[in-house]
Amino acid sequence: MSGFEYASAPESKAIANIASSYGLFINGKFVDPKKGKSFNTINPATEELLSKIGYADKLDIDLAVKSARSAFTKVWSKMPAKERGKYLYRIARIMQERAREFAVVETLDNGKPIRESRDTDIPLAAAHFFYHAGWADKLEYAGVGNKPKPVGVVGQIIPWNFPLLMLAWKIAPALAAGNTVVLKPAETTPLTALLFAQVCQQAGLPEGVVNIVTGDGITGAALVNHPDINKVAFTGSTEVGKAIARSISATKKSATLELGGKAANLVFDDAAIDEAVEGIVNGIFFNQGHVCCAGSRLLLQENIADEVLEKLKKRMSLIRVGDPMDKNTDLGAINSKEQLNRIHEISSTGDAEGANRWSPECKLPSKGFWYPPTIFTGVSQSHRIAREEIFGPVLSVLTFRTPAEGIEKANNTMYGLSAGIWSDKGSKVLWAAKQLKAGVIWSNTFNKFDPASPFGGYKESGWGREGGRHGLAGYLTSDAKVSK
Amino acid sequence: MSRIDVNKTYKLFIGGAFPRSESGRVYEIKGANKKFIANPALASRKDLRDAVVAAKSAQAGWANATAFNRAQILYRIAEIMEGRSEQFVDEICALEGITTKAAKLQVEEAIDTWVWYSGWCDKLSSVTGSLNQVSGPFYNFTTPEPLGVVAIFAENKPSLLGVVRTLAPVLAGGNSAVLIASENFPLPAITLSEALVTSDVPGGVVNILTGKSAELAPWVGSHMEIDGVDVAGLSKKQEEELKLVGADNLKRIFRFNSENHPERILSFMEQKTVWHPIGI
Amino acid sequence: MIIDGSEASLKKFLSDLPPVDQVGAEARAAMLATRSIKTSSKAWAIDMAISMVDLTTLEGADTPGKVKALCAKAVRPDPTDLTVPSVGAICVYNDMVKIARNELDAIGGTDIPVAAVATAFPSGRASRAVKELDTKDAINAGANEIDMVIDRGAFLSGRLGEVFEEIRIIKELCGNKVHLKVILETGELVTYDNVRKASYLAMLAGADFIKTSTGKVAPAATVPVVLVMLEAVRDYFALSGTRIGVKPAGGIRTTKDAIKQLVLVNETAGPDWLNPSLFRIGASALLNDLLMQRMKLRTGHYASANYVTMD
Repeated sequence: MSGFEYASAPESKAIANIASSYGLFINGKFVDPKKGKSFNTINPATEELLSKIGYADKLDIDLAVKSARSAFTKVWSKMPAKERGKYLYRIARIMQERAREFAVVETLDNGKPIRESRDTDIPLAAAHFFYHAGWADKLEYAGVGNKPKPVGVVGQIIPWNFPLLMLAWKIAPALAAGNTVVLKPAETTPLTALLFAQVCQQAGLPEGVVNIVTGDGITGAALVNHPDINKVAFTGSTEVGKAIARSISATKKSATLELGGKAANLVFDDAAIDEAVEGIVNGIFFNQGHVCCAGSRLLLQENIADEVLEKLKKRMSLIRVGDPMDKNTDLGAINSKEQLNRIHEISSTGDAEGANRWSPECKLPSKGFWYPPTIFTGVSQSHRIAREEIFGPVLSVLTFRTPAEGIEKANNTMYGLSAGIWSDKGSKVLWAAKQLKAGVIWSNTFNKFDPASPFGGYKESGWGREGGRHGLAGYLTSDAKVSK
Repeated sequence: MSRIDVNKTYKLFIGGAFPRSESGRVYEIKGANKKFIANPALASRKDLRDAVVAAKSAQAGWANATAFNRAQILYRIAEIMEGRSEQFVDEICALEGITTKAAKLQVEEAIDTWVWYSGWCDKLSSVTGSLNQVSGPFYNFTTPEPLGVVAIFAENKPSLLGVVRTLAPVLAGGNSAVLIASENFPLPAITLSEALVTSDVPGGVVNILTGKSAELAPWVGSHMEIDGVDVAGLSKKQEEELKLVGADNLKRIFRFNSENHPERILSFMEQKTVWHPIGI
Repeated sequence: MIIDGSEASLKKFLSDLPPVDQVGAEARAAMLATRSIKTSSKAWAIDMAISMVDLTTLEGADTPGKVKALCAKAVRPDPTDLTVPSVGAICVYNDMVKIARNELDAIGGTDIPVAAVATAFPSGRASRAVKELDTKDAINAGANEIDMVIDRGAFLSGRLGEVFEEIRIIKELCGNKVHLKVILETGELVTYDNVRKASYLAMLAGADFIKTSTGKVAPAATVPVVLVMLEAVRDYFALSGTRIGVKPAGGIRTTKDAIKQLVLVNETAGPDWLNPSLFRIGASALLNDLLMQRMKLRTGHYASANYVTMD
């Protein structure tokens, strides 16, 4: 053997008992959709069928919302807060127990490397429930008034990029605050949500508190437009977020929206270079770049640009692309054919508009949806690849001369979700953090999440925050706002 | 012939282990029905000294664990206690002479108290810390930090709940504890230690002594390595004496009411304020 | 010329090096430690690790008997399996060098080098003259490699020129035939910035290898420390065209630990460094764990310490 080649190290699929079909989870039970329709979910790394999933239409949504309302009125809002919290603790603990199973199912359904589902997605999701469980009986300390009340029934729609984690970000605070929910997972990644429904059963969660309705965009619209929900919580594209905002404009519904981003990752000349290179790689290639807060624009201070790019390219050639179930895989499959096409479409404008594309040599599998880690240099602010969210492993590289110019370029976007700052100088880091118009700022790190840390964006990256004290506010009735 | 019980020996809990008193002394505990239950150890000042050494050496590790980790451990104590509920109920009934129903309520409240304080570990500085808007180009923030070693004199009754509601907030704040159980109702505290030792609580974070508070109070008051004291189980006079002697190292000494409150955590914490300039 | 020989130019070069972010470096090291090395790649790694072991005994109680037994182990780690490679080197105190060299030559280990620790190992607290004599003695006794310690006191108090000069002089004594490893004692340097600076200082002064520790101070060869040192040799190669070796020593006790080190090399300095002329592992107990893991791969069962020799 020439050199150290890592033999395949596959995680076993045996632990994942994926049923051949799933119904909708309404009122504590799995039920068939009223019209009996279903759709398939596949493994994007192999294109193999994983399961047939029930398709919820308007009638099913209606049933789910009714269950949630009934559970809210009769059970959940009457329950002493500390007992509500205990259900969330149970859920957290069971998720921890079944962590490996969840990780494998997540990887099979989503395409992300098993190392990421195992080490990031699942532990964070369980931690989210554990953290919020502790808020249930402490809401008077959340800074939203001294007798905060839940909003009622919440319709929640989540994306395919972090299926279980996004579910946790939605359900945990909603329930902790005393609400009941109807949640629609993404069309391509329903499985861990359905597994979660089983966990709710194991935890003895009262029927109707959590309802999971699988389906597509039409299902989601039916949920958003249902007259008996009090709030919409949505994570997804800015385009759909705006559509939701329009749909609810004439209603009393409140909404939190967690939308797209085009984050700038600023590397100053006094940065710890090797760690900055890691941060750049993590920022855009973690989760195949399917991250709303991805550092998709690299802004390099011009005097270190060459050095950083050289190190970056060397580092990128170490990225292992391939079977997501292999424990050594760094970059997994693109979640769907549709998303792959979108990545191709936008990144090809990079070539067309004159930027310079580079990818390390990668052997991509023949079946499944794949895109190699890619950087474009010679990018200017006006290029589509510098303005539009690609949502794939594609990094646009720009330069800046002075700190002020770096900030200006970073802020020159309709998005404002996140940003990265790389500098070893404390005051510069804090100065840059102050100037950047972004809801989450990572200094000398990137893509760090914690249930205690509020997450959300400025401008067209959305409304509201998730996590921490600030995230709870969205699930409690406001003292000040009026919704007539 | 009916089965003879294997009666439990009640020892001290120090550094994660169960030693007898170095003095070799014990004292008799009889139940509410005047029948003999056990001879728990009668702790000496040297046992107290050893407990403080254990508490001091364990405290830094406990404080440096993530808040999430501490929260998980406090919750685990609740899980383990839940499994042992009956044992606690029986012990409380025998000792306090109350009904099974009342004892059960006490045990449930004790378990729920652990859960309540567990939920505070990772929220305390979000709620009580602050970013302060000073005049000038400075980032200025205040965060609570653990105090160090806190001594607790547990109340007589309720014999289990009184221990838990003083101990939990001390731990939630990242401190280690030396708890002196009630002289007349000490046993649930030692049984609690059995739950602690199986809950991933690092050795030395909690230390429990049984004995005479009158004997130990002056030594607690004068010990320069003890940073804070909860005087729940002391008389007014004992409290005053302890405050007098405790002034030598400015111990933080408090008596609380029976409410669960984040203030009980904060009272045994410091507040640190940090400034940093903002500029290129 | 990277530096012009003056202390001022050395200090400027070292202070211009980019900083290391502790949290970031440790995160990178932790991620590399999750690599899962199985089956054929594990077998390859075990044999490579065995061939990189500097089998060490550095005890006050060392005797000729102990050293001879170690030599036998070095040449034939598993007497029942001759496919097991011999180790990278033997590492002993200066006064055991002659015994080791003679024994190795007598039992068929002529191509196993003897490394001697020198320059008042492990503390480095002695006069320049004593350190030079210590080194000369070892070389005269037949040492093929010298593992010297830097003066940490001088480094931490900013007398970088002194540290540099000492290494330069010892390398001069070694000449081209004796290869010099410079022990940084990273546990005493504490910060990764210091490790980076000391690594460059040693390389600029003539080190053939930079080594983490004496093995007498903890922490020793942690994954992030070795990461920083591998980054230094990688970047130094880009700067100078010369490849310098790295030797972690201390705290590497299990096969898992050794494999983590190889992964680090592979994904930091690169595959060119994956051979005993550029990477060694200072260890004693590790060898038996490597042999047990090798047995497990061969037989499919968990091995027992009864089946590997003590020495």
